[in-house]
Amino acid sequence: MTGHDAVPRVRRGVKVAHDDVRGSDVVLFPEGVLVLNDTAAAVVRLCDGRATIADITARLADVYAGVEPADVVELVDRLRDRRVVDLDG
Amino acid sequence: MADAPFGLLAEVTHRCPLRCGYCSNPLELTRRAAELTTDQWRDVFDQARALGVLQVHLSGGEPLARKDITELAEHAAGLGCYVNLVTSGLGLTEARLAGVDHVQLSVQDATEAGSDAIGGVKAFRHKRKAAEVVRAAGLPLTVNAVLHRRNLDNVAALVELAEEWGAQRLELANTQYYGWALRNRSALLPTRAQLAQADAVVKAAKARSPMEIVHVVADYHDANPKPCMHGWGARQLTVAPDGAVLPCPAATVIEGLGLENVLDRPLAEIWHESRSFTAYRGTDWMREPCRSCPRKELDFGGCRCQAFQLTGDAANTDPVCSLSPHRPLVDEILGSRGEPDALRMRKVTL
Repeated sequence: MTGHDAVPRVRRGVKVAHDDVRGSDVVLFPEGVLVLNDTAAAVVRLCDGRATIADITARLADVYAGVEPADVVELVDRLRDRRVVDLDG
Repeated sequence: MADAPFGLLAEVTHRCPLRCGYCSNPLELTRRAAELTTDQWRDVFDQARALGVLQVHLSGGEPLARKDITELAEHAAGLGCYVNLVTSGLGLTEARLAGVDHVQLSVQDATEAGSDAIGGVKAFRHKRKAAEVVRAAGLPLTVNAVLHRRNLDNVAALVELAEEWGAQRLELANTQYYGWALRNRSALLPTRAQLAQADAVVKAAKARSPMEIVHVVADYHDANPKPCMHGWGARQLTVAPDGAVLPCPAATVIEGLGLENVLDRPLAEIWHESRSFTAYRGTDWMREPCRSCPRKELDFGGCRCQAFQLTGDAANTDPVCSLSPHRPLVDEILGSRGEPDALRMRKVTL
């Protein structure tokens, strides 16, 4: 179980970009594309290797109502499964 | 309207210094004089991005055989695409990685002697050097090995080699029988015992290794067909060296498909409206046993090219499927084998 003090970092070789054609933010990586919704895009952009899950949740709460650490953990775990982020701590 | 494609496989040339007998490119290769020019490829990338493409795979043949490969990579990168260089490693230098986001490097076997024998050229040392260049440039590296009778016993050593070379990903892809590989099928088809042993090695390696290991199974030996292209005209398109636009890299084998060329018609029209792309898109084209099959959205009836090659009709269920009435054709191929034929090396195209 990923803890609230874990620090996610976007992996080497992964690009976060905006796709004008789909009107969405996307993650591009070797042999893969993820089309992100707004919340997921906000989380990915905060996976900078410094912010903890708790920090990311707090920053998201400034913009989106009702964000819980468990939501961020779930999303980060999915991004880790796709090898988009690594976790420290 | 169909969803937009995510990937473009840009086969920028068929020229290749290697002579691998498992090559799935067509037997009749496009010659250099018929290849699209630099400007024509730039226009293809512009059109592909406007259509929705985000992944550009620079492939071939050996893409580094083109002198303008860096210009092409930088153009695609400048459009916001993720650029994958799919290479044998021959001719790879740091300067030629400009614009490239990820390198997929082929290796033919786990040892220098084995790899060079299968590739038909002394290439192994250049490949090892190429891996170093990619790593030094800080780019992610995928090592790709096509598996068959001649190297399937060396899968454990291939895993070790990929780790040693610093790969993030390893693709272990059993041979798909198109082009030269179909011609060499008897020489390349593995035994069931080889496949079972390799499966166990891959499973253990997946549990142990930090690398992402992608395993493409040997479909002739499987009961279910492969989910070819994740559906026809669904996610990716291929542009051949001469500008022909293919729903699947092997689609030139299907006679009467009516392939169109990007020099004659806009890419978006070909993707959305052409007969070749709409022929097998979705599930409406399916016959039984696919039409009523619960797996039809999982494997899309398998591979149209394989259905055509083995049954003569691309709208048939892929004959590797255990439910296909044509499955006995595949069982016959698997069962009727005495000693395998000698491996015929591919001709070099310059």
